[in-house]
Amino acid sequence: MPPLDPMQLEPSTWVFILATVVKMLAIFTIYMVGVAYTTLAERKISAWIQDRHGPNRVGPWGMFQVLADGVKNIMKEETMPGDVNKALFILAPALAFVPALIAWAVIPFGAPLPTPWGKIDLVVADLPIGFLFTLAITSIGVYGIVLAGWASNNKYALLGGLRSSAQMVSYEIAMGMSTVCVLLMAGNVSLNEIVMQQATMGWNALLLSIAAFLFLVAAFAETNRVPFDLPEAESELIAGYHSEYSAMKFSMFPISEYANMITASAMFVTLFLGGWDIPFTQWDNTGPATVMKALLTTMLFAAKVLFFVFFYIWVRWTLPRFRYDQLMSLGWKLMLPVALAYIVVVASALLALDAAGVSRTGWAFKGALMGLNFVLLGVLFFILDRGRLISPAYSRLERERVARLRSVAQSRATLAPGEIRS
Amino acid sequence: MTINVKVMQRPVREVSYVRATLSGLALTLKHLVDPHAVTIQYPEEKWDLSPRWRGTHRMLTTEDDKAKCVACGLCPTVCPANCIKLVPGEDEEGNRYPLVFEIDEFRCIFCGYCQEVCPEEAIHMGRHYENAEFNRARFVYDLERLTAQTHPVSELWDPAHPRGE
Repeated sequence: MPPLDPMQLEPSTWVFILATVVKMLAIFTIYMVGVAYTTLAERKISAWIQDRHGPNRVGPWGMFQVLADGVKNIMKEETMPGDVNKALFILAPALAFVPALIAWAVIPFGAPLPTPWGKIDLVVADLPIGFLFTLAITSIGVYGIVLAGWASNNKYALLGGLRSSAQMVSYEIAMGMSTVCVLLMAGNVSLNEIVMQQATMGWNALLLSIAAFLFLVAAFAETNRVPFDLPEAESELIAGYHSEYSAMKFSMFPISEYANMITASAMFVTLFLGGWDIPFTQWDNTGPATVMKALLTTMLFAAKVLFFVFFYIWVRWTLPRFRYDQLMSLGWKLMLPVALAYIVVVASALLALDAAGVSRTGWAFKGALMGLNFVLLGVLFFILDRGRLISPAYSRLERERVARLRSVAQSRATLAPGEIRS
Repeated sequence: MTINVKVMQRPVREVSYVRATLSGLALTLKHLVDPHAVTIQYPEEKWDLSPRWRGTHRMLTTEDDKAKCVACGLCPTVCPANCIKLVPGEDEEGNRYPLVFEIDEFRCIFCGYCQEVCPEEAIHMGRHYENAEFNRARFVYDLERLTAQTHPVSELWDPAHPRGE
């Protein structure tokens, strides 16, 4: 037996507590800076997509724009409309932001880091129920928006909050259902285990493509990003739930939107893109932990998350907003049934493959699942998707029904004076 | 009477949202990686003004730094906006000169008639557009200010055009 290396052992309680505090501080700092620069990235990328320059006056390439924005938002006058519910009005912005931050606690962002005091996991809290925790916490995020809409005592704000809650409820289900397949694959709800499973078996985005696609769409809806930004639809609701907010309280809502975006990206990466796993090699997740492994995996995780943040922004400046009935029918009539059917398909496929004695780590297993997904993606994109999403509102009424309604209206309009129709 | 709303028939049965989205993403990505930005970075870069640009006025001067104006009164007469105030004076030798020459640039409609009508080529429209001031009174340009301007003046016609003047 080789001598035990202290750097590969579990740390003592005190080191564990100290390391956790340090990790919390580090994550909080990086996360806040990341959120701030995501706002700048959004403005820059939107500008480039629209053939503009974007902010470029404060510092080189506008790098200090975020500082200027922050100072401006803090210095601005805060208004408190007359009849608001004061306690909730103040609480709502915080409530919108905090869940996004909390969800980060359970996301593993790198291979374990060896230190002279023991091996430290690069995750703030390695909860055994990590995945359920994030689902629970991210659903709390809707409270901030609903309460903001309700406490503002403004009908547009209330409508925004209402839409947000309806949207969250609808898409939370599809999201939860799409992740059931991931749990079937991993046989565990610990996010670390899910990452390790993907490191050995291949990324879930390839093995469970439809679940990944549904999760991505649902994540867009959960974070209220275009094309699902109905809660703040400017053209209909002024600014939706944050119409009555000003200064830093207002600024908390965009901040929480970007925070949610980063968290949702991190969740997607963890569940479907192998988390911190470096693809095509087993070097990073086998053998003793090294500093190099920890660094490289963390950087790769950051790169994956940043790509999805970019993807969010990219989609935002490409798509128009859904109409409300389109949003609802997409959630309930397309995504939920597809997610449910996919669970059945994946569960049957896993059962069949296991029964046939196919090794889960072998290429036969991966190939079978990938082939299945390829076929299903084709069905989804080329058959199921046709004419269901962008259908105009009238098409939901049958032609004959429209004709009947029109004839009734015609007969009503041509009643003789004094004639009463029963 | 029923109201018949004309509804455009779209081929909704043949349209896939996901595939349409992908082609939209490709289009925006094309602009993202190759932004043919048309913005002019204003304080650093400036637009080339046309030689016929009609901006705020300028009064040209003779070699001894006096205004070329002989106070003939044609420009206040022709001015459709009535923005030129001219009080003529006369020295001992009988030469007329403006005692007061003021142009209210707020009233001016920048038609360029004053420059066209001027027999001495004294008053000119300027090729210039940065006119911000902190109060309204500063927009009444007096003779001293009009002669002190240094920006290029308008041609009022295209010198390259064969039919010229």
